[in-house]
Amino acid sequence: MIDALDGIDGLRDAASMALTGLGLAFFVAGTLGLVRFPDSFSRLHALTKADNLGLGFLALGLALQADHWGQVLRLALIWGLALIAAGIAAQLVARAALAEAARRRR
Amino acid sequence: MIDPALLYGLTGAAVVGLGLYGFLSLRHLLRRVLAFNVVGSGIFLMFGAAGYRGAVAEGTAGADPVPQALIITGIVVALAATALAVGLILAHARATGRRTLPEDDT
Amino acid sequence: MLLDVILCGMILAVALAAVSGLGVFRAVVFFVVHGVLVSMAWLRLDAVDVALAEAAIGAGLTGVLLLSAVARLERLAGGGAWRQRVNVLPAGLAAAGVTGALMWAFLGLPQPAGLGAEVAAALPRAGVENPVTAVLLNFRGWDTLLESVVLLAALVGVWALTADDDWGARAGVAQHAAPGGVLEGFGRVLPPLGLMVGVYLVWAGAAGPGGAFQGGTVLAAVALLLAMAGLAPAPRVGAPALRLALVAGPAVFLGVGVAGLAWGGFLRLPPDIAKPLILTIEAALTLSIAVTLALLVLGRPEPGDGA
Repeated sequence: MIDALDGIDGLRDAASMALTGLGLAFFVAGTLGLVRFPDSFSRLHALTKADNLGLGFLALGLALQADHWGQVLRLALIWGLALIAAGIAAQLVARAALAEAARRRR
Repeated sequence: MIDPALLYGLTGAAVVGLGLYGFLSLRHLLRRVLAFNVVGSGIFLMFGAAGYRGAVAEGTAGADPVPQALIITGIVVALAATALAVGLILAHARATGRRTLPEDDT
Repeated sequence: MLLDVILCGMILAVALAAVSGLGVFRAVVFFVVHGVLVSMAWLRLDAVDVALAEAAIGAGLTGVLLLSAVARLERLAGGGAWRQRVNVLPAGLAAAGVTGALMWAFLGLPQPAGLGAEVAAALPRAGVENPVTAVLLNFRGWDTLLESVVLLAALVGVWALTADDDWGARAGVAQHAAPGGVLEGFGRVLPPLGLMVGVYLVWAGAAGPGGAFQGGTVLAAVALLLAMAGLAPAPRVGAPALRLALVAGPAVFLGVGVAGLAWGGFLRLPPDIAKPLILTIEAALTLSIAVTLALLVLGRPEPGDGA
């Protein structure tokens, strides 16, 4: 895809801007959810879903500006690691929240 | 138009003040150690901003490497000191069952 | 410029949140966020090496250290209502005064001359292309050698707090992760990648951002993850192999420094073989830094105090 766009820098920049803009929109939505949602689980849902997508679009937009494939690979690696870390953290936080809720009910 | 280095230097000074306020007023020992770390990060920021000004004045590419190296050293030493302080706090809590110092108990 | 103003505002707001408000857990979380924001400030100041160190050590490891300390402290000395603050007014006045004085001093600084040009001129003889690594391991080798000794001294201090009966036990509290749980799965996925990233950071530090401290911190994080996920138990304090790993870095650094006497002075590196010498020091230093940092975060052995 990058090769096809070479030489049409304007189009590439526009695509980058659109993708990073979309990513930012997801970040805003995720943050809004984090602030506004009532309980831990829905907050986690908003945070992880939106931020994973947001970071993905950011990485995609930045990948279009990469000079060579190594940079694209590194961006993909960063996104993958953030995905795994967010997923694990969400699981652990949810488990802790569940235990806390169970403790309160007792 | 403010010089960015000036902005970060003044921010660093304000961060030192915030950390100092916490260090002097908080009773919880862990929070005191944390506030001390805030003071440290403010000092590093001032130092780094001054180094950046020097590099800009000289016209060399990138920030001055000597302050950078000293700040990295400082960050590592700060962690070492924090770890020792945390060890002492835990030993204090184990011995006395408290998380504050006796002279603060008014 | 607008970005800088927003970033500085956020740094201040988060620092305020970290020292004010209730709850030590919340304060630690804000402190970690503060570290991440400050590391972005370092990027804005063209100090990528410092940004890496701040994110990995200032935010990451310090955060883990403080969070685990919060949990341990609550078990040891939890409960009870008590006043959070003392001397609010004098503390506020003192802090405001110091801030004012610092700002006045910063504004009154003469335009600093900087050492960038001198470092750039000496760089061809340093053996590495990254000026920060050149300063850390060649021009100002003294600082880094003594820093590695300070790390070791801090660990000796933490271990000195060990109860007599616990000496020789595994470092830190016993960790319980659910077998087959997500943390254990994560602990199996991440270490190979973490090892690769850590070693890469050390290797890349010769030419670009990175170095022994940043790479060593990533390796320490891998070790901590393995310990917390229960996949690899923490080492027993005082074990001979562990002691060897702890002193390898300072010892090799010191040895190279003494060998430099033959060349013209303590810690002088001959330009022809400066690169292999620096890589040797960095390899040993990375190992020692990784082991020392991980053990500092784990703390003294407390086998009877399960998490």
